[in-house]
Parts: sequence; C-alpha cells; structure tokens
Amino acid sequence: MDERRVIALAGNPNVGKSTVFNALTGLHQHTGNWPGKTVASARGTCRHNGRQYTLVDVPGAYSLWAQSAEEEVALEAVCFGGAEAVIVVCDGTCLERNLNLVYQVMEITPRVVVAVNMLDEARKKGVRVDLKALEKQLGVPVAGVCARAGKGVGEILEKVEQVLQKTPVPRRAVYLEAVEKAAQSLAADIAPWLDCLTDARFAALRLLENDPCFLRELEKRKPLSEECRAQIEKAREALALPDLSDHLVAAVYRAAEDCCRAAVTRPEDTGNRQWKIDRVLTGRVTGAAAMLGLLCLVFFLTLKGANAPSRWLGAGFAWLGEKLEGGLNALGAPPFLRSLLLDGVYGTLSQVISVMLPPMAIFFPLFTLLEDLGYLPRIAFRLDGIFEKCRACGKQALTMCMGFGCNAVGVMGCRIIDSPRERLIAVLTNAFVPCNGRFPTLIAMMTIFFAGGGLGGTALSAGMLTGLILLSVGVTLGMSYLLSVTVLRGVPSSYTLELPPYRAPQAGKVIVRSVLDRTLFVLGRAAAVAAPAGLVIFLLSHIPAGEGTLLTALVRLLSPLGRLMGLDGAILAGFLLGFPANEIVLPMILMIYTAGGTLADVSNLSAVGEILRANGWTAVTALNLMLFSLFHFPCSTTCITIYRETGSAKWTAMAALLPTLVGMLLCMVVHGIALIL
Amino acid sequence: MRDLTGLNIGEEGRVAWVTARGGMRRRLMDLGLTPGARVRCLLAAPGGGMRAYGVRGTVVALRAKDAETVLLEEGRHG
Repeated sequence: MDERRVIALAGNPNVGKSTVFNALTGLHQHTGNWPGKTVASARGTCRHNGRQYTLVDVPGAYSLWAQSAEEEVALEAVCFGGAEAVIVVCDGTCLERNLNLVYQVMEITPRVVVAVNMLDEARKKGVRVDLKALEKQLGVPVAGVCARAGKGVGEILEKVEQVLQKTPVPRRAVYLEAVEKAAQSLAADIAPWLDCLTDARFAALRLLENDPCFLRELEKRKPLSEECRAQIEKAREALALPDLSDHLVAAVYRAAEDCCRAAVTRPEDTGNRQWKIDRVLTGRVTGAAAMLGLLCLVFFLTLKGANAPSRWLGAGFAWLGEKLEGGLNALGAPPFLRSLLLDGVYGTLSQVISVMLPPMAIFFPLFTLLEDLGYLPRIAFRLDGIFEKCRACGKQALTMCMGFGCNAVGVMGCRIIDSPRERLIAVLTNAFVPCNGRFPTLIAMMTIFFAGGGLGGTALSAGMLTGLILLSVGVTLGMSYLLSVTVLRGVPSSYTLELPPYRAPQAGKVIVRSVLDRTLFVLGRAAAVAAPAGLVIFLLSHIPAGEGTLLTALVRLLSPLGRLMGLDGAILAGFLLGFPANEIVLPMILMIYTAGGTLADVSNLSAVGEILRANGWTAVTALNLMLFSLFHFPCSTTCITIYRETGSAKWTAMAALLPTLVGMLLCMVVHGIALIL
Repeated sequence: MRDLTGLNIGEEGRVAWVTARGGMRRRLMDLGLTPGARVRCLLAAPGGGMRAYGVRGTVVALRAKDAETVLLEEGRHG
C-alpha cells in the first residue's frame, strides 16, 4: 500500500469549497454563504477505489497573487504544499471570474481537476455550462457538481485518479512572445537552484513580476542565492516590461473569456430580481428597518423559545442531583466532599448548561440561517460607510455579529479583515457587543425591574435589548474611532467585498451543523471552565478568613468601588468570579447574597427579584448592572483567544481594560445622575 | 475620463484602465476589472458608502476611493 497522496482543494471564496470538502471527507467543516469562512487549511482523508487520499482544504482565494493572509496560505498550499494534484472548485454561475484561479493553478501543475459547482443554481438562472467544451478548452478534466445535494462528488475523485495516472496537458493562457521567452530562459537559469521546489516557469514569471508574497514564501524555504538574484535582475532588465503583472492578468482573462464563449451560455441580465430585493434590504430607511427588525426577531425567538427548555433542563438536573446525592450517601462520602462535589462542581455545571444551552441552541441556528442566506455581507455593505468614517473596515460588522453569539468566535472571525490595523481594532472592540452568555443576565434584569413577564413583557424586553445592543454597537464604533486616532492611528484601507447571491438555506443541515459545530463547541468550553470555577467558588465561600469567609472578605474589599459605580461589592465579586463564563455572574451574585455555597437557581425570577430588592437593589442598580454586563472584561475564553490571535499580552490587557473602563465610567455617570435627581 | 463612481445605478460601462497601485491594483484586476470588462453599477449603500458593481457574473462592492481608480472607456453603454 503506498502512502496517502495529498490533494489540494482550492477555489475562489464562497464557491462551496467547504461543502465539497465535507462531501468528500465526511467531515463537518462549518460552511456559510459569505466569502472568507475558511481561515486555515483543514485536512481530511477520503477513500476511492481502495486508495487513500489526504485532502487539504485551502482557504478561498481569488488569486495566487496573494493579497490577504488566506491567499498567502492558499499560495503556500498549492505552490509548496507537495500536493500531487489540485482540485479547483468553481462557481458555475460565474465561471469566467473563477477561471482566473484555474489558469493560475494550471501554471503550477498540470495535474488539475476543475469541479464546477452550483450547476443547479446556474441552471435556475438560465446559465448553461457545457462541461465537455470546457474540458476541451482547458485541457484538464472537468467534473460537474451540485455539492449541496451531494451530486457528482464521486466524479471528482474519478478525475483525480485520471490525472494522477496520466498527466494532462493544460491549455495555458497565452502571453506575449517576449514574456514567454524571458520566462523560459529565466526558468532554465534558476531551475538548478530551485531544485523542484515548485514549477520553474511559474517561479520565473513570479520573480519577473516581482511578487513580494511569492518571494517571501520562496525564501522561507530557500533564501535566494546571489547568482539567482543577478539572473532575475538581468532578465527583468532585458524584458523591460514594467506592467508585466497587468499583462498577465489581462491575458488570463482573455483566455477565460474565450473559454466561456465556447462553453457557457448565459442570458443577458441575470438576477435582476435579486437587485430589486437588495435595493430594499440595503436602502436608507428600509435597510435599517430590516436590520433592526431581524435583530429584534432573532432575540425575541431566542428569549421566548429558551424559557421552557431552560426550566426543563433545570428540573432535570435537580432530579439527577438528588440521585447523585443518594449515590454519594450510599458510598459513605464525607459531608464536606459530598457538598463540594454536588453543590460546588455539579451545581455550577448544571446551572451553566441549563442557562446557556437553550438560547445557544436557538441563536446559533438562526444566525447560521442568515449566514446561509447570504444576508451577512449585506450588513457589512450597508454599514461600511459608518465603519469607514470610524476608520475601520466594514467587515468588522460581520465579526461584531458573530460576537453576539460568542465573543471568542467573533475574535477568531477577525481574520477575515486583511489590514492588520483594522483587524486589531475589530479584535479589541469585539467584547463591546454582548455575547449570548450575557443575554440571560440582561433579560433577567429587564424582566424583574422594567418589563415584567408575559408575552407583552417579552416583546418589551426584546425591544429594550435591541436598544442596549444599539448602544453597544454605538460604543463599538466610537471606540474604533478613538483607537484609530490614538494608539492604532491610520486611514481606512482599501478592500473589496463580494456580495454573493441569496441562496435558500438548507434548514435541516443548518440546524444539525450549528448545533454540532457551534453550540456544543461553545458549551463544551463553558462547561470545562464551569466545573473548576464551581470548585473555586465553593472553596472561597467555605474557607474562613477573619470573621467571615474568603468570599465575604472579597466582597468587603470591592464594596467601596462598587458603591461608587451604583453597584455593590457582591456584584463586582460576582463579575470577577464570573470571569470563566459570563452566564454565571448573576447566579454568583445571588449566591453571595443568600450566603449559600452554591450557585442559586435563577429560573424563578420573582424569587430572584425579592432577594435582590431585599439587598437594596433599585432600578438604577439594575440599569448599572446591565451597563457593566455590556461593558466589562471579556470572559477567560475570549481573553485566551485574543492572546492567541494577537500574540501579545499588551493587546490582550488592552482588550480587557478598555471595556472595563468604559463600563465603570458609564456606571459612575448613571449613578451620579441618579443621585442628583 | 469617467471612473466607476460616475456610473448611475443600472448603468453599464467598460473598463479602460486601473490607476490604483500596488496590491489593490492587482486585487481589482484579479476580480475581473481588466481593460475591456463590462461593469454595471447595481447598488449603492446610503450616505455615500459602498457601491456594488456587477462584473463577469459576480458582484463586488467597493468604497468610493477605490472605485475612483477604475477608469472607464469613453462613450456610454447599456
């Protein structure tokens, strides 16, 4: 049995590459209808006719003339990754643009298989792709695929096998004779030095063009020798074509045009209806209304839908807890250990799960639905003007939306922003929007102190929540601007944003995928921190210190600052101890008030309200708590993610400090105003 | 000479030249905005924000300062 052969899977962003990858490998790579979902190469294996293949899912790239981090990864994978063949996935609805990448890849290796995806969608638009003619034009095998329906995927592997057995002869784009000659002669010169690192003619073209990214990737492997440098310099001078790069793209597109003329028929003006819809969805008034309405609807469904399952889960965990207690008793566990395990670890864990799971299991599928539909890039498009005024990138609107689900996910998503300065701004400000873990606290406050229960109350809560979210978005923008004129000074960079066509989401897959990929992932992480956190809290509240316990000492210590902010020591202690997960902040505060060693059950809101009022809470306290919940240090998972993404303790500290300072300031202002009134 | 920002919604033009330099020049061309390509303005975000252009069957949104760098052939099309 020979070793696994490596096959790279390349393609423009948002052509369904991840879907093809999943269909081939059976892995569940998260897909969505917006460019830039895959930010690192995923690997999977698949089997065909008894042969094993390692499939590398390369990040989406418009071109191997890399302009972004993803494209550099793509260049690296295709050019130096040691792939024996490359599958280029194309979108059948816009083949011409996709062929740019196909022609580029064909310069690196002749073993290319073109997979034309979304043929069903193309057919609906009246676009017909003649696969046989395309094959003839390109000179490499072409497979027609509808990856979403799982059709034609086997054919791709069939063709891969074919090119591995017999290397095809691709019909490359035709360049000027002088260019071709210069490339050939330079290729011959550097070939000995290059030593099969990559195709010599391709490398020669790139070196003639002076592509900085290619040079960087090449020199990572082998620093250019003096001799090579001189040869390149000489070849460049001899060619004397400063616009070489322009010539190459233009030639590729001419070839792509010819190819499409022979293989694709499309009606004049496809998709007019879509633009009418889009004019409404991105309009001045209608667009804003649509955005707010959707936001409100998502939150309403999340809140309303999560109530009952949360209660059931709570009851279920209580029942299981009793059984566990019985079990521990039967085993003769000492009371302290029993209490530590049940009240400390189990109590916290079950609390976090029953509060967190239902809203996430509703929010993430809804978000994924919008993602699949293609609505998210429209949000970026619509909001870019404001972000540009704040000297940030419109794509930050997308990472902000992801932050509503989970700030750690949002921070990770910032990789889609190409400019390092703007990416850092997006990372630093992501925690300014509330994640799912903070919603239960916000909602409990609104229900108890402002809106009341019932359907009307829920609607009012959703409205208030939307208001709070607008506030958080406003502060995000303000902060982005502030950062742009101070520590991260700079002007907005250039960027392009592709607006994909709307696609009907696949409801079933959406639910399964978002529950599996996101919900369980986030939940698992939260549970992993909740159990040890429960242990710490239990110990803090049981280890005596002075007159009380360590916990009461902490509360006393924080009390002056808390009062200054219109809160109290217990609340601040709750936030500090809630660092592992935002969802346990309110239960923690209740636990401190009731002096119990365990997290309190927050599902009975009227009882919670009584406890809070008995501890001197007013509407102002609740408002300040909501503000501080919106603006305080991100949770531990997010902090770790920020550290990983920025690689800097300084920026991580900044990301924690900024929202905390804003929150403290706002609380003090509100407290001050309330004192005067 | 007219540039992309001069196109009204629904209006079409042909790319003559791209004046952006460096990476953005290559990016715009890689997206299909090479000389001779037909471009149609499809959408405009309110408040002078981004505009979306249809080119080679795809839709690409650009900020005004980037759209300005794509010059159009003289004469009207479409």
